[in-house]
Amino acid sequence: MNLLYMIFVDPFMQMAAAPDLLVQTLWEGLVGGMLYALIALGFVLIFKASGVFNFAQGIMVVFAALTLVGTYHLLVLYGVSNTHLAAYVALAITIGVMFVLAYSVERLVLRPLVNQPDIILFMATFGLTYFLIGFGELVFGGEPKVMIADALYLPRGSVDYKILGGLVSLQKIDIAAAVIASLMVAALSVFFSKTRIGRALRAVADSHKAALSVGISLEQIWVTVWFAAGLVALVTGIMWGARSNVSFALQVISLKALPVLILGGFTSIPGAIVGGLIIGIGEKIGEFYWGPLIGGGTDSWLAYVIALVFLLFRPQGLFGEKIIERI
Amino acid sequence: MKVKHLVLRAALGVLLGTGAVVAPAQAQEGIYVPLMTYRTGPFATSGIPIANGMHDYLSMLNARDGGIGGAKLIIEECETGYDTKKGLECYEQVKSKNPVVTNPWSTGITLGLIPKASVDKIPILSMAYGLSASAVGNDFPWVFNPPATYWDGLSMILKHIGAKEGGLDKLKGKTIGYIFFDGGYGREPIPLLEQLAKDYGFTIKLYPVPVSEMQNQSGLWLNVRRDRPSWMVMWGWGAMNPTAVKEAAKIGFPMDHLVGVWWSGGEDDARPTGPEAKGYTTLNFSAVGANFPAIQDILKNVVDKGGSQVASKDKVGESHYNKGVYNSVLIAEAIRNAQKLTGKKVVNGDDVRRGLETLNISAARWKELGLAEFGSPLAVSCTDHNGHQSAYLQQWDGDKWVKVSDWIEPMKDKVQPLLDAAAKEYVEKNAGWPKRTETCDKAS
Repeated sequence: MNLLYMIFVDPFMQMAAAPDLLVQTLWEGLVGGMLYALIALGFVLIFKASGVFNFAQGIMVVFAALTLVGTYHLLVLYGVSNTHLAAYVALAITIGVMFVLAYSVERLVLRPLVNQPDIILFMATFGLTYFLIGFGELVFGGEPKVMIADALYLPRGSVDYKILGGLVSLQKIDIAAAVIASLMVAALSVFFSKTRIGRALRAVADSHKAALSVGISLEQIWVTVWFAAGLVALVTGIMWGARSNVSFALQVISLKALPVLILGGFTSIPGAIVGGLIIGIGEKIGEFYWGPLIGGGTDSWLAYVIALVFLLFRPQGLFGEKIIERI
Repeated sequence: MKVKHLVLRAALGVLLGTGAVVAPAQAQEGIYVPLMTYRTGPFATSGIPIANGMHDYLSMLNARDGGIGGAKLIIEECETGYDTKKGLECYEQVKSKNPVVTNPWSTGITLGLIPKASVDKIPILSMAYGLSASAVGNDFPWVFNPPATYWDGLSMILKHIGAKEGGLDKLKGKTIGYIFFDGGYGREPIPLLEQLAKDYGFTIKLYPVPVSEMQNQSGLWLNVRRDRPSWMVMWGWGAMNPTAVKEAAKIGFPMDHLVGVWWSGGEDDARPTGPEAKGYTTLNFSAVGANFPAIQDILKNVVDKGGSQVASKDKVGESHYNKGVYNSVLIAEAIRNAQKLTGKKVVNGDDVRRGLETLNISAARWKELGLAEFGSPLAVSCTDHNGHQSAYLQQWDGDKWVKVSDWIEPMKDKVQPLLDAAAKEYVEKNAGWPKRTETCDKAS
């Protein structure tokens, strides 16, 4: 009886008793969810264009963040005294590096594998992952680095509101993360749904051969989506890096995109966003109000449980395409 | 063809990047010392400085003294990525090369190797980590964990908290939070914490951090904000540490009430939070800084000659780097003892086990080594494979670690009975655990 009370009554009593903590938890979930959505978006873009789950998305986050910080320090070392200028030049160079990476992936990995089974492409992304790990460590070393948040004019500190009988504290960096992630998601949604390249992307996702037959350039599409995924990785790396530090541990965070993708569907940009928010808010609420009942540490698996519950009702995910095949 | 090239390039990149290409092992007249390290992956934050410290001190002995007692040291690193499976693979790779000691550098790997040590006759040195109960030499003749166990460390932190509160009796009714890496390492001190909670009447709140959430702790720290523990004790590693420090600062937790074990006290754990981390406190058992003749010798003989992998010279002497040096001092002293005991130049694992069992680094010996006051005097014996030595507290001043306490002794009266009971339980659970047959040397 006591257990039932702890599960079904007590958490809601806590919410009512301390609404400020509820708002704080929802905010943390929202910010986390936006960042999960960003990571998931990187996967979705590439999956839409090539039908492949890009295992390398996590290391792309690390690689982009390391390139940014490494280039910044190099510029400062070589005499760029204005740190803000160095940061934005480093940002531009990093964007260039991500373009070169996208172009190289298309030339060296994807092009030779056109029309190969999806599993071959999937395995190629494994190879890419290990290459980027080795290359990244070779160039930048494995030591953790501090994200250049100040030099990028990212805000510090918090905005505190004394409301609901308590305190709700919003970190400025989290507000910036939510705003930037929202703008990025909106821009990419518009780009891929309203432009010629976006329509071509959908054609490529359906069939490489059919897309080629109507004159769509696979090369152009692939470079575009890998570049877009690289930009998403860069923004994700900056935001997560600012919350902790820039190290190869960031790679692990990318695994959080899996339940988001299961929930939202592998091919849907809105799915990645909604899925990210549901997972972000769900896991924070779950950990905060129900986690203590089982000793905490629920974040690592609760997201999968939430995704599985949704799958019971919508096996294709919230926004995934229902595939009907004749047999 | 292009794919083949890419695969080859990737393999080369991985090999170069992970540092897996190392010096060939096994020369005729050398003493083979494998080092299990992790310069890659999520735990490289902590693993790199330790690997550098260990490697550089031993390399310095080779360069300055021609090895130990006339025998060159053959140093070989094996990358574990702090992964138990990979660590056990590393062990299988190196064991045929007659290593004189194993340094697992992971509690998980240590637990996997403990049953193998007596069979393969290769002693395990798990310096201030691993299975606390392995301090009991009668039950674990092949395992050594000086200078202090996790349980010693926890008791020192409790002593510090008690002192700040006006006495251990003042802990009654208070809540102490324990944030820990959710693995063998982080769970190790929990039995003692539960016992001390009973003894002193405080409540404990456990906050586990799974590997996948090391950099995603905002939810956990909301729980801390709700639970309002008076103190937080941290057993963190790798990327978990800097994230925890940042999140603690973010919720306005008083930083001097966040106290970490020695493995949470690296510069890279506090530095990302900057001035807001001021007050964050951890234990340490080795000094910080490069103002020691032995470390100057490392700079002169190894770093300046390009024999080190440190990113820059100022990394030499940092907190975790010096712990790596400490680990190698123990290895070197054990080898010296083994040479004295056996009269052999090239010793083996069995000899070094005896050398470890007779470790005795007095204050005078630390000075002779060029490391005066680098650590507290250390003595290991046949029955006590740990020493239960003191540690001190260091505090982040916004820029660097500063020593803020004298040496703190562990609560031996609380720790020893629990260690004995845990060792007995381990032996009973592992049916057929071999009885000690190794004789004790006189010096021990």
